[in-house]
Amino acid sequence: MAKIPAWLRWSLYAAVGVLVLTTVQGFDDTDSLTAAGSSQSMLRWAVPILLAGLGGLFAERAGVVNIGLEGMMILGTWFGAWGAVVYGPWWGIVLAVLAGGMGGLLHAIATVTFGVDHIISGVAINILAPGITRFLSSEILTTLEGGSITQSPRVPGVGTFTVPIFGGGNIGTWQSPDFFGWIAAREWFLVSDIASLAKGLMTRISWVSLIALLLVPFVAWLLWRTRFGLRLRICGERPQAGEAQGINVYRYKYIGVVISGALSGLAGAFIVSPELSGIYLEGQTTGRGFIGLAALIFGNWRPLGVLGGALLFGYPFGIGLRDLDGSASHSLILVNAIGLGAVAIWAATRRKRGDAALALALGLVAAGWYLLSDTLPDVWINILPFVIVLIVLIFFAQRLRMPAADGLRYRRGEH
Amino acid sequence: MNFSLGRRILLTLAAPVVALVFSVAMSSIVLLISGSNPVAAFGDMMSHASRLETMVDILNRATPLYIAGVAVAIGFRMNLFNIGVDGQYLLAALVAAHLGAMVNLPGVLRIVWILVVAMAVGAAYSGFAGVLKVTRGINEVISTIMLNAIAISGIVAYLVREWQAGGEILSGSASRVGTTPIPESGLIPDLNSVLEFFTREVGQGKELTGMLVIAILVGLGYHILVNRTRFGFDLRASGINPFAAQVGGVPAKRMVVSAMVLSGAVAGLVGMAEINQVGFFPANPIRGLGFTGIAVALLGRNHPAGIILAALIFAFLDISSGVLQFTGAASREIVVIMQGVIILAAVVAYEVARRARERQEARSAAEALGDIKPLEAA
Repeated sequence: MAKIPAWLRWSLYAAVGVLVLTTVQGFDDTDSLTAAGSSQSMLRWAVPILLAGLGGLFAERAGVVNIGLEGMMILGTWFGAWGAVVYGPWWGIVLAVLAGGMGGLLHAIATVTFGVDHIISGVAINILAPGITRFLSSEILTTLEGGSITQSPRVPGVGTFTVPIFGGGNIGTWQSPDFFGWIAAREWFLVSDIASLAKGLMTRISWVSLIALLLVPFVAWLLWRTRFGLRLRICGERPQAGEAQGINVYRYKYIGVVISGALSGLAGAFIVSPELSGIYLEGQTTGRGFIGLAALIFGNWRPLGVLGGALLFGYPFGIGLRDLDGSASHSLILVNAIGLGAVAIWAATRRKRGDAALALALGLVAAGWYLLSDTLPDVWINILPFVIVLIVLIFFAQRLRMPAADGLRYRRGEH
Repeated sequence: MNFSLGRRILLTLAAPVVALVFSVAMSSIVLLISGSNPVAAFGDMMSHASRLETMVDILNRATPLYIAGVAVAIGFRMNLFNIGVDGQYLLAALVAAHLGAMVNLPGVLRIVWILVVAMAVGAAYSGFAGVLKVTRGINEVISTIMLNAIAISGIVAYLVREWQAGGEILSGSASRVGTTPIPESGLIPDLNSVLEFFTREVGQGKELTGMLVIAILVGLGYHILVNRTRFGFDLRASGINPFAAQVGGVPAKRMVVSAMVLSGAVAGLVGMAEINQVGFFPANPIRGLGFTGIAVALLGRNHPAGIILAALIFAFLDISSGVLQFTGAASREIVVIMQGVIILAAVVAYEVARRARERQEARSAAEALGDIKPLEAA
């Protein structure tokens, strides 16, 4: 088979994915799986996961496992909300990035300078961060009007924009045509569904979302096409080799982990922005830092893969928010069954009989569940991303390759 | 070498003490910046903690923390991170409370039944992560994080609504809902009579939890298992050098699964303190004991007695800070920062102490070798 370029291959996968969604939602007589609102809401949920995942990428490519993403994100939510309320939305983002970066610096001091186990330090930061924000809330938020020990006043946002021509955005004062919206309204099979999802990704997106999406190619270029990236990655693969090249391994690890914290902080700022909640609430990150870590693993420690993972995990969350009658999550379970069937076929072609049987069995369970029920418990869609990660790991863990020296203690001059 | 043994003990004790002092200093600075008086705040906490009723509260809080700490420590002894204690204990407590109320057994048998169910559920859920590790090569940190989320926001959130019963109306207007209440005879009796035998009567309706006895038994069992059995030897050997252990005939995969199963079985008992106090599984149970358990195990250096001290320190901070709300000396949230700083400072201090010890060992080995005259060449 001729080698197809990666972007074309991924576009094909996406088209097949939409085809499955379109077909499946037809059975359930719903259109929420491919509605423009669904992709819009998917993007909103995906952005913090993407930012946390990219953060994890910087740290782990430099060889430091960062379980503390969650804690750094919590710092980002508090400082993002406080900064936005007191100084304005962009200052909120700056402060969130700085606060997250400070969390990263703490992790770097513990793991790089003192050689503490990465998981232990990360857990400690996850315990420390909510303590800091709790204390700050009790000291500062309670003095703001509308704030209390567990929540902030309304947080202003940085604003949104709509892509002209394709999404119907304005150029100056002239409202351009809405190309994708027009196609979506035609109700052509598949084409309208793709257009509808595309319109959702181009309508009223936050500037922060745009920054997050642009970060993906930028990070790919920075880590794989520059001298800085090569040096950072060698710290995660073989720090002794980097040391022999005269690279200051400690410094690159510090840079990687601090950037990691800063990106998590930005994710926190996005969570408190009006795009998602518009308010700081204690405990509102609900494990998104960990999901970011999952997206990183799902994406095989690569930026585009992280984006894929973030969108995949953001999708069920976004759907779940709009799915009041449970019909969309009911349709999704059939999508899962089809996905497991595909895994079974894939495993069978590679003569992995055990895997094929396991995937088939899981797929049949999902299909049976679909047939025997009308709606699903609302908790299902909340845990779907975690279930997907577990299933992906069960079948593909052997194909993933993390940086060779990831999570290992490195001391200068030792082996 | 008595001199070096003395220094060794000093180094071991110095690290946690330094961490404590550092954390007190840091939080004092934070308090000063925020305009509070640290001396008054810590003084209030100390005097509050010296009351018998507060001590009962501290022990009640330390009990689940200790059990969680031991659960985490079992994994740590062979370099396994059981991050999933949170999911394991909540799931275990929910199932045990429900089955405990549903199955009709006389008195003591029901108590045993509830504990056994809790341990079995915890063991199964944790063991699953172990099986995934040895059969599929999935790191237990990742799988237990995923299983945590699946258990807490999925299974527990769903089942607690399915199994919801009337619940009991507490004093005042606040009512707590949860699973069907377990009959009084199926709950572990409190230890007030034992306590009152030594001291005065405990007031304010405080009850010293009977789970304290179970916690002590867990600690004893952990000590015997790790230090006095072949399994414990294999466990420690696999933790120190997995390759050497495997060459020595320790079945690596079976050890991973057994350690996770044991850790999960102990984790299953964490939630029992709350079940025995409330009498059912509440709709909003105490969460996060597993993560605090990690901190407690780290601070206690995975040692059965060390974890006791660590659990007591964390419980003291949690409980005695409550008084700050009334005296207004400081914001009570300062203790959460203290807990975070203690744990971060402790792990750094242990690491520094470990390196100091290694250097000292190398030096004393060199000195010992220096006494031996090299053989003269013939």
